[in-house]
Amino acid sequence: MTRFYRALLHLYPAGFRAEYGDELAAAFAQRAREHTGPLAPVILMTNAVTDVVPNALAAHVDILRQDLRYTVRGLRRAPGFALTAILVVALGVGANTAAFSLADFVLLRPLPYPEPERLVKIWQAMPGYGQMEFSPANLRDVGAVATSFTGVGAYWEGAVNLVGDGEPRRLQSVRVTPDLLPLVGVGAFIGRVLTHADSAGEPAVVISHGLWQGHFGSSPGVLGRTVRLDGVVHTVVGVMPPEFHFPARGIDLWTPLVFSAANFEDRNDNYLDAIARLKPGGTLEGAQVELDQIMARLELEHPAELKDTRAAVWRMQDEISDRARLLVLALCGAAFCILLLACANLASLLLARGLHRARELAVRTALGAGRERLMRQLITESVGLAAIGGLVGVGIAIAGLPLLSQLVPASLPIADHPTVDLRVLAFAAALIAITGLAFGIAPAMRAGKGGSLDALRDGTRTSGGRRQRLRSALVVLEVVGSIVLLVSSGLLMRAIWKIQAVESGFRTDGVMVMRTALPMPKYAPVAARERFYGRVLEDVRGLPGVASAAYVTGLPMDMRGGIWPVQIAGNEVRREGDNTASLRYLTPGFFSTLGIPIRLGRDVNAGDAQDRPYVAVVSESFAQRHWPGQDPIGRRFGFALGERTVVGVVSDVKVRGLERTSEPQVYLPSAQVADSSITSYPPKELVIRSTLPAEQWMPAVRRIIAAADAEQPISNVRTLADVVAGDTAARRVQLRLLAMLSAIALVIAGVGIHGLLSFAVSTRTQELGIRRALGAQVGTIVGMVLREGLTLAAIGTMIGIALSFSVGRGMSALLFGVPATDPVTIAAAAALCLVTAVVGCVRPAIRAARVDPMSALRE
Amino acid sequence: MTQTPDYLLPLPPAAFHILMSVADEERHGYAIIQDVEARTDGDLRLSPGTLYRSIQRMLQQGLLVESRRRPAAELDDERRRYYRITPFGTATARAEMRRLTQLVRLARARGLTPETT
Repeated sequence: MTRFYRALLHLYPAGFRAEYGDELAAAFAQRAREHTGPLAPVILMTNAVTDVVPNALAAHVDILRQDLRYTVRGLRRAPGFALTAILVVALGVGANTAAFSLADFVLLRPLPYPEPERLVKIWQAMPGYGQMEFSPANLRDVGAVATSFTGVGAYWEGAVNLVGDGEPRRLQSVRVTPDLLPLVGVGAFIGRVLTHADSAGEPAVVISHGLWQGHFGSSPGVLGRTVRLDGVVHTVVGVMPPEFHFPARGIDLWTPLVFSAANFEDRNDNYLDAIARLKPGGTLEGAQVELDQIMARLELEHPAELKDTRAAVWRMQDEISDRARLLVLALCGAAFCILLLACANLASLLLARGLHRARELAVRTALGAGRERLMRQLITESVGLAAIGGLVGVGIAIAGLPLLSQLVPASLPIADHPTVDLRVLAFAAALIAITGLAFGIAPAMRAGKGGSLDALRDGTRTSGGRRQRLRSALVVLEVVGSIVLLVSSGLLMRAIWKIQAVESGFRTDGVMVMRTALPMPKYAPVAARERFYGRVLEDVRGLPGVASAAYVTGLPMDMRGGIWPVQIAGNEVRREGDNTASLRYLTPGFFSTLGIPIRLGRDVNAGDAQDRPYVAVVSESFAQRHWPGQDPIGRRFGFALGERTVVGVVSDVKVRGLERTSEPQVYLPSAQVADSSITSYPPKELVIRSTLPAEQWMPAVRRIIAAADAEQPISNVRTLADVVAGDTAARRVQLRLLAMLSAIALVIAGVGIHGLLSFAVSTRTQELGIRRALGAQVGTIVGMVLREGLTLAAIGTMIGIALSFSVGRGMSALLFGVPATDPVTIAAAAALCLVTAVVGCVRPAIRAARVDPMSALRE
Repeated sequence: MTQTPDYLLPLPPAAFHILMSVADEERHGYAIIQDVEARTDGDLRLSPGTLYRSIQRMLQQGLLVESRRRPAAELDDERRRYYRITPFGTATARAEMRRLTQLVRLARARGLTPETT
């Protein structure tokens, strides 16, 4: 019984137990003697527990409160130390919280659909094209026999014009096969999702929560209302929940995708994105094997069209480009680096403080404070610092989150910027605890050990040798970290410069672009489109300041695909890498508007009408590939369902963006296509080159378009320069972040070097005084201090450079051919680091030089 | 101590009882428990944990001191520690009494009586 009580007493803080343990036990024993009876032991024990537990807790809280008070008092006496420590922790925790919230949001969290791990994306695959959209016929055949899935659905992204009350609007829409939304598994917010019943009858539409709020004023009466989409009447049957995005964010509405018999004719009409749901327990590998078998069987049935066609399948969750993933991971790596530096610095600061306070601690030990009590005090201090710094850091992270939104790939069905939620806060709390405990315990242990009387005997000459070495190692670590970050961001900066030096092939200055996507049944006849283009362009060209204007299918770096196979005299049609080109329809004047030089022949012109021989303007690389060393003018080739004659050659354009290789380009006159054929390619981008600011003529352009077709919305108004900037936007954000982190690292390293040296100088005042007294010159003393700091910086720099080679290799996909060993970058990083080190050395060196021999000796 | 006697007011009831208990003579911990219990007719029985936590705090606050004088050897128990009130403790107890008396007076003036009607 007494043993039980003694054990219970361990709940009290050790100091309290040592002081009153015996008394408490005696009181308990006395009470035990007074109580008799069969239930006595139970009563006694219950009483003991209900007494000890709350009192022990309260005793701990008392101590904590005391320690906190002591900490606050101590920190107030050393505000420099406190602020530095808080700042360092804030930077470390802030950077990591922000990076984690992004990584968690983009990479870790499952997609916001039920059982997302069973949702997969399936593709056709063939040599040269690892992922190709399905054609309706192939998908129908796969869906009919595949047993790996509970269902297969498809969608096709597009945009529609919503005409009704108010100005016509351009909306992002997705056509989905009726079984797709049930397959994804998210129910409607109000009304219902599309189902099989919607394959026939009046077209239905499901709208997004955003559109419901923005356009329909959140009215529940929206169900059953009709809207005109591209001229076709649709009935609203449902509104999706606010957080629902599919297949990516920014989709306004979903309409049924219904196929006619004609859609199934061409097996190479690939435009469907396909989604399937694995059967419970089904594996990705199993699905892959089955799909390949099915495609192989289809190839046997259609050997010409489906030569070498197979399938690819991956989890929808993994539908994020390697580059986007790498961008996020690089950020996390950099943030982690900062955390390490912050921890190293905190440990170093605490060590130095412990050394400074060795005397104070020794006095307190001598006065009877137990070692456990002192350690507890020190840990309270480090955790307290970490907590304050951490809170500031979380604040920084929250403030910085909008900056990170550019790194959230738009292809994911999630909101556009991460939020700080409980997971993220828990992560931050863990970081704070680790920082405060792990890096507080070591210095505390040392301080606890050092609580001997040695420290009392001599205040200044402390046994600091080993600690000094440990701190030196920490400074080296800080330099290593800064070098790695500096080199990484330097390499990325070089990569961006290199990318920006790449010739896009066109000029952006003074060019505005806007989109008027013509709705389809209405503008299916080519003549109707030509009338629209003709009217708009003629009036726009007449505006003051407008030098030229034209219509084109899609803008380079904005529309990156649109790749068609090329057929040249007897070659069979192959859709392979060396036999494709990008297809753009355009009106006369496009090349002059974008400043694309015509090398040979002519631009398309008004004479290239629907009933005239089909012509084409091709890029130099196209001519070079198919007719090397020969005159391409007058050559013929098959492209986009027709036989074309080359009438002009223009220089190449980076259609796929500055960083990627682009297919050769083929430009066709907007009129030379059959009615109702290739209906997703009619020119929709209006490009205008002008010498006056756009504000001056934009209203007139809007009036001109409204006059040509009052129901035609205008969307995506921007400068061509913005389109090109969008190509490198994610990169520039990442560079900015990494540069910021490098700067932080540099500051931390500088502070670390400075702190170490100032401390070294202050503990060596006596030694320096003796040296001066013995005749050492000021220069010698300053040199000594500088040498100490710079040696550490040099060691750190060398290790850092070695380390950054491997980091650079890991990032090579982002470096656009800049080698990880780029000497300019490395030299710049090393120089920057050494300058920081020198700056960190200056004040301690001056202090060392100012040591007065007489007073130093007298102390 | 530069603190004024009302610095610690209001006192926790346990602390006030302990001060009363050691006001006239030095007592050890268990004796305090018994004394408080006797004076309150068994209404208040301090638990050992509460007692010693209070004592620890009151020592720090300077209300009590541990006594170095020990009773005659045959009455003493080695383990026991004796506590006595300090002048500051006495002053604080008086201040607390004043505070309580005043409170009671105010309540009376309002017509409140302790008797239930």
